[in-house]
Amino acid sequence: MTEPEIYSALTEIFQDVFMRDDLVLTPTLSAKDVAGWDSFKQIEIVIATEERFGIKLHTRELDRLQNVGDLATVVASKAA
Amino acid sequence: MTQLHWLAEDANWRARLKVLRTTTFAKPEDAWPEAMALANLRMDFVRTNALDQTMRAVFGDKPPGGTGTKPIRLALLGSCTMAQLHGAIRVAGLRRGIWIDIYENDYGQYMQELIEPDSGLHAFKPNIVLFALDAHHLAAGLSAQFEQADGAAAVEEQTNRISECWRLAREAFRCPIIHQTPLPVHPDLLGLNEHRLPGSAARVIARINQDLRPMADAAGVELLSVDTRAARDGIAAWHDVGLWHRAKQEISPTAAPFYGDMVGRLVAALQGRSSKCLVLDLDNTLWGGVIGDDGMDGIVIGQGSPLGEAYTAFQEYARDLSRRGIILAVCSKNDEANAVEPFEQHPEMVLKRNDIASFIANWSDKASNIKAIAAELNIGLDSLVFVDDNPVERALVRQELPMVAVPEVTDDPITFLQAVSDAGYFESTAITDEDRVRSAQYQGNRAREALKSSTTDMPAYLRGLEMEMIWRRFDRIGLQRTVQLINKTNQFNLTTRRYTEEDVVDVMQSKKAFGLQLRLTDRFGDNGIIAICIGKMQDEDDLMIDTWLMSCRVLGRQVEPTTLNLIAAQAKKLGAKRLLGDFIPTKKNAMVRDHYVKLGFDLAETHDDGGTRATLDLTSFVPAETFITVTEG
Repeated sequence: MTEPEIYSALTEIFQDVFMRDDLVLTPTLSAKDVAGWDSFKQIEIVIATEERFGIKLHTRELDRLQNVGDLATVVASKAA
Repeated sequence: MTQLHWLAEDANWRARLKVLRTTTFAKPEDAWPEAMALANLRMDFVRTNALDQTMRAVFGDKPPGGTGTKPIRLALLGSCTMAQLHGAIRVAGLRRGIWIDIYENDYGQYMQELIEPDSGLHAFKPNIVLFALDAHHLAAGLSAQFEQADGAAAVEEQTNRISECWRLAREAFRCPIIHQTPLPVHPDLLGLNEHRLPGSAARVIARINQDLRPMADAAGVELLSVDTRAARDGIAAWHDVGLWHRAKQEISPTAAPFYGDMVGRLVAALQGRSSKCLVLDLDNTLWGGVIGDDGMDGIVIGQGSPLGEAYTAFQEYARDLSRRGIILAVCSKNDEANAVEPFEQHPEMVLKRNDIASFIANWSDKASNIKAIAAELNIGLDSLVFVDDNPVERALVRQELPMVAVPEVTDDPITFLQAVSDAGYFESTAITDEDRVRSAQYQGNRAREALKSSTTDMPAYLRGLEMEMIWRRFDRIGLQRTVQLINKTNQFNLTTRRYTEEDVVDVMQSKKAFGLQLRLTDRFGDNGIIAICIGKMQDEDDLMIDTWLMSCRVLGRQVEPTTLNLIAAQAKKLGAKRLLGDFIPTKKNAMVRDHYVKLGFDLAETHDDGGTRATLDLTSFVPAETFITVTEG
């Protein structure tokens, strides 16, 4: 899966989770940049991502997530 | 599998939600039908939460008018994180047209809030309490070194705590209580014979779940048995160990929509709003093939082929539903003679003609035929579930009759049973004797209609029915049916006041009020409880008819004047000299607009909304003569 494909799928997820069609994902985007991105939304994002790509993130991988770029990287390393 | 797979997909769902969110409605209630429609389409947890947020943006924190259902204030009391469930529960209410407000206790504080009268919980004044004590909480303090007696004491300590919670909630709020069973999340220590280790958490949780069943029955508590549901889906579909460590969520957010829907089923069942009737297509739904083309020896049904056995299994499921009170109907595009033949002649058919209370086979469109079925059975369209293998027919019925539940299935017959059972349309908290005989009652109704159409002399017809009205004051035995009728009856209902069991008990205990349950029998059988009346003294002389509702099955049979005779007699016993009768208009009760005037009341007030108050002088009242014999019993 290419990076643009991953970002496009993640964008759909983020737009659904935050109900904002104008949300544009960049690698450095993080919780402090998006209103309402709290620990619950973080869980929603992770689970929706897991389901979308058919992968499972490990506890350590989850702990390391700081921004959208981290999420895209871990998805790229796992998704076929 | 925790997907809501029986709900249809709509590729435009996202766009429709956006329209709902960005449209300005003159009145919030104008947005309700579209919000309900969206709630009845397929959604995962992300979409569920999106719909919930939209709903709160559109409606605020107050129920819109005109829902026709009793708004619910649900207290969610538990020991772990439950915030991921709120949206799913509210949306499941919306799916059934019920507004739900939720209160959750401060983390871990459920017992304190129950006990403290000035807690947020008491201020919330719930009308349903849902306990969700998680497995880790209930298994705290156990040791694998426990002796037998220690293990038993641990189980008892927890079940006592649960009973105490129920008692406190009931005393404080006098409302229905739902208890979520804990999920079996703990690992085995012994293994396949885990039950032999007294201090094993897995064993203790299993024992608590076992004990909860009879406890709940004895206490009148409804169980939300996620443990048995998780046994079907696999515990991993319900509980994510990683998320437990991360966020203390016993229920995984992916399972939240299903959890919410199960809560919604119980809430609807407690209001008497579960579905009542399963309407079945025939060709490729009850058997494989087309009877009109393939003939009796060409259709596939019964032992000998996997496909035939799958249709048999679905028929057996339908028959079993009917044996516990669900009405069966047939809606098929066929010549009637062809359609009936398998029911009467085919040896492999499980369902017989007599199992079907309303049988419609013709070439009209299915929406019209389904309306005809509802009319023949005298039940609301919103109590019908329609199963058809043909996606075109399903789409038509969904479009024309959005209140009819149409489960999404594939052309594989194993999906029919799965969809109907997983959707929980027929959720019932108890089996009443009424349920067991209901199908027979509807059969009797068909015989009555036949007699009516062959009889033009109405008095002779009514006399020939040999009707007997048997009345009783409200009692414990009839309580469930009384509450069911009060909350389900929309059309013949003068005031549409919705009451809980506790409200009905209040009427039973009051010395200044009476509650009547009326049963009607005739030569075709027992119609069951067909009317409910509640009268309350307003002052020295006036008795207010607080509630008067009747099943439409018995319209046109002089039940109304006979009931008035009874009300008048009961009112006089309380010393009343005058009856007051209010009509409160709703979307559905226009048929009783002139009810009181027709019975000889004087119109006293007419309100702007079309509501009226009528009065009847009891000192000069002469009871009407009818063909119904009245007895107390």
